[in-house]
Amino acid sequence: MKVLQVIEQAFRATGEEQDDTIVWLSRSMRGAGADLHILLTSHAVSYALAKAGSPALSFGDWRQAHPADIRNDIRELLASGVEITVVQDDLEERGLGAKQCLQGIRQICRDEIATLYDSVDQVWQW
Amino acid sequence: MKEGQTLTFAFMDPPFESARTSTFFRLLDAALDAGANVNVFAYEGAVALSFAHQSAHGNSIHGRDAGEEAHPLSREWIAALQRKAAHCGVQFQWINCGLCVDERGVNEVIDGCGRGSPADLWKFASAADNTLVIGTRD
Repeated sequence: MKVLQVIEQAFRATGEEQDDTIVWLSRSMRGAGADLHILLTSHAVSYALAKAGSPALSFGDWRQAHPADIRNDIRELLASGVEITVVQDDLEERGLGAKQCLQGIRQICRDEIATLYDSVDQVWQW
Repeated sequence: MKEGQTLTFAFMDPPFESARTSTFFRLLDAALDAGANVNVFAYEGAVALSFAHQSAHGNSIHGRDAGEEAHPLSREWIAALQRKAAHCGVQFQWINCGLCVDERGVNEVIDGCGRGSPADLWKFASAADNTLVIGTRD
């Protein structure tokens, strides 16, 4: 069974979890043998960018030692064989169309999403 | 839906902050009504749904004591669905993400709810006729 994980909500709980919850879930399930494809849409398209980072969190003398490194998590997913696709229209709407995406991420137009949905057994919209 | 099918649900919301939680429970109830076996993987804030120490309280603004107020508790909703599944002769399995439980300190859960990992979600989904994921929304 192949599942398309559609990640739409960006930076959800990244402070507390030190990662994106669904990227982490995907890495964990991939380790358990899951056959996954990830589609980055809406604000989550920023996860596809090659140059971006999460500023460290600090309150008073408390400082988060390991802030989320979503870029690295995305690279690890790619390296584990998970296909990752990003919606080009959503990048452009956010002024990110000219930014370089991480190597290995495929860009598609919004009208290609239906074809992608048809290519998998299940679609999980997060 | 054919009777005897198995449905898997993944849910992320905590007990009381969103109408998604009551909608999620309505879906579980309807699935049991349809004769489906139900698997639940509770993730992130949803692991608090089965916390055993949820406590009802009175409400002075409502002018009711704890007994009269009968505050809804998600652990009681789960227990009710467990009883309903047993009565209907179908399975009702509930697994909490263990790391999410530890982060929130909600380790003590009601009977019939277990601790697991995303590997359990994949096992549930692989064995089910279909899976519905309900993520937290901003």
